[in-house]
Amino acid sequence: MKKVIVENLKYRYPAMKQLALDEISFEVEEGEKIGVIGRNSSGKSTLCQALVGLTPHFYKGTYGGRVIVDGLEIKHATVSEAALKVGIVFQNPFTQVTGAKLTVYEEVAFGLENMGLSRAEMIEKVDRALHLLNIYPFRNQNPFSLSGGQMQRMAIAGIIAMRPSIIVLDEPTSQLDPQGTEEVFSAMDELSAEGMTVVIVEHKMEKVAQYCDKILVMKDGKRAAFDTPAKVFSRDDLSELGVCAPVYTNICKALGKKEGAYYPVTLAGAARVLGARR
Amino acid sequence: MISVQNLWFSYEPDDRKRPNPDKKYALRDISLEIDKRPTAIIGQNGAGKTTFVRILKGLLTANRGAVTVMGEDVSRTTAARLARNIGLVFQNPNDQLFKKTVMDEAMFGPLNIGMGEGAARKSVMRALDIMELSDKLDTNPHDLALSDKKLLCIASVMAMDTDIIILDEPTISQDYVGREKVKRVIRLLRDEGKSVMTIIHDMDFVAECFERIIVFNEGEKLLDGGAKEVFSDAEMLKKAHLEPPYALQLAISMGLGEVCLTEADVIRCMMEA
Ligand SMILES: Nc1ncnc2c1ncn2[C@@H]1O[C@H](COP(=O)(O)OP(=O)(O)OP(=O)(O)O)[C@@H](O)[C@H]1O
Ligand SMILES: Nc1ncnc2c1ncn2[C@@H]1O[C@H](COP(=O)(O)OP(=O)(O)OP(=O)(O)O)[C@@H](O)[C@H]1O
Ligand SMILES: [Mg+2]
Ligand SMILES: [Mg+2]
Repeated sequence: MKKVIVENLKYRYPAMKQLALDEISFEVEEGEKIGVIGRNSSGKSTLCQALVGLTPHFYKGTYGGRVIVDGLEIKHATVSEAALKVGIVFQNPFTQVTGAKLTVYEEVAFGLENMGLSRAEMIEKVDRALHLLNIYPFRNQNPFSLSGGQMQRMAIAGIIAMRPSIIVLDEPTSQLDPQGTEEVFSAMDELSAEGMTVVIVEHKMEKVAQYCDKILVMKDGKRAAFDTPAKVFSRDDLSELGVCAPVYTNICKALGKKEGAYYPVTLAGAARVLGARR
Repeated sequence: MISVQNLWFSYEPDDRKRPNPDKKYALRDISLEIDKRPTAIIGQNGAGKTTFVRILKGLLTANRGAVTVMGEDVSRTTAARLARNIGLVFQNPNDQLFKKTVMDEAMFGPLNIGMGEGAARKSVMRALDIMELSDKLDTNPHDLALSDKKLLCIASVMAMDTDIIILDEPTISQDYVGREKVKRVIRLLRDEGKSVMTIIHDMDFVAECFERIIVFNEGEKLLDGGAKEVFSDAEMLKKAHLEPPYALQLAISMGLGEVCLTEADVIRCMMEA
């Protein structure tokens, strides 16, 4: 079943001359994980906002085409209707904190408050999210007294607790330590196995290549590619697309080692083709 | 250039003479000397990295221990005097940026430490040029993308021309071009004889750019050494929630004997084999 359908999506910010999103089309199946990559300013965050309805409902401007999320056409839905189906973790975690809550626990529970859950259900959901992001020990701390990475973990936990059927994450690991980054990606893996559909903007190509089913490459507001990691990172015009392949792929490219028609994109894949040579 | 001795710090009030074992300390008994070697500070989220550099900059005061910057005792000097020697790029740009235009923002620091208007302008233009922001002089910093905000913060600190520059997670939100830009800046500052200390979670970046690596864990200094020493210590890395650089992970899983820190190292090693 298609969980996200984007059709000829166009968007221009009021103050801008150029389109921030220019005829974008792609579809995502239930439980798929999509990585969105591309240069700074290529339109990744704007696309995230369009998936959750902040564009066009909050950001005005010229809007065209369609975004359909879990059967709901975003243009015709309210932001709160959309929020029940699709959750977003913003690029800068500092902007996600509500400022209204005194503890990390309450902050993570915030989105659940109006969902009509029993107290027991609520506690179970919040505890699971806190454990998943490894911030359970800080649950009684003030959100603003967290370190940058702890705050980013809290922002992700708040959305995961709500269990939307689709989750959009805009550079969720930018301030996480290496193990935290790995934990976020494996948590997404776990949640997608339970049916959650994941769209994740990321600059860490090694993780995107390992965990995502498909990669959307954005360039100047356009869809420059939408394909499997192996196909995308095997292209020889990557620098024109404004992206760089994973370290593993670069090494295999330099040594001319492919696996079938494509270059390996993961540690395991690279070790396989390079190891065989020795 | 910086000397730290038996530094303890807690965010909770702490007035006892000796460290209180029941209390949460963000930093515990840290001692180290910072010289001109480009230095990375790495460690898990909450390890105390940001807290540590805020103390060096005089924004927080140690509970006990001694910190001197260019020979001056931090607890006896003023923030204004410290600002002439030490520049800090904040982890969260929103904590640092407060002026209405990019130009005013970058001018604030240099003027504030007493640089003349002309010299300040020259220094600012050079820094903004290097960060490729000179076409955005009149833009409101808050309208910049997060990646550009971070670059503006770096430019503003560079413009102050201090001997010590601390970067708290400079590569947040940078694409690969921005990441290369940050690398170039670190090399440039090193070549100018400045002491550059960088907090960063990107291990491949660390392996490529820093001579010295200090590992923090749960408020303590776990290890202080060169990239090869740090990244070949698997047990220590695990304890600190860190990983070897991706290139080294590949070298290890292929059983290459050499500690290959970068893409280029692995390629060379494979060609020689
Ligand atoms: N609120 C806004 N008002 C006007 N223009 C905007 C706004 N937000 C973004 N833009 C512009 O839209 C374009 C796309 O920006 P967007 O933030 O979507 O890029 P991005 O790919 O997420 O970049 P980054 O990697 O830096 O996060 C850029 O040219 C940007 O300057
Ligand atoms: N204002 C504060 N009040 C109370 N505790 C704080 C405050 N600021 C930070 N802490 C705590 O002190 C510890 C160290 O925080 P610090 O910001 O120095 O970590 P860090 O190593 O920079 O982490 P990160 O990689 O996530 O940025 C953390 O456990 C954090 O929760
Ligand atoms: Mg963005
Ligand atoms: Mg920090």
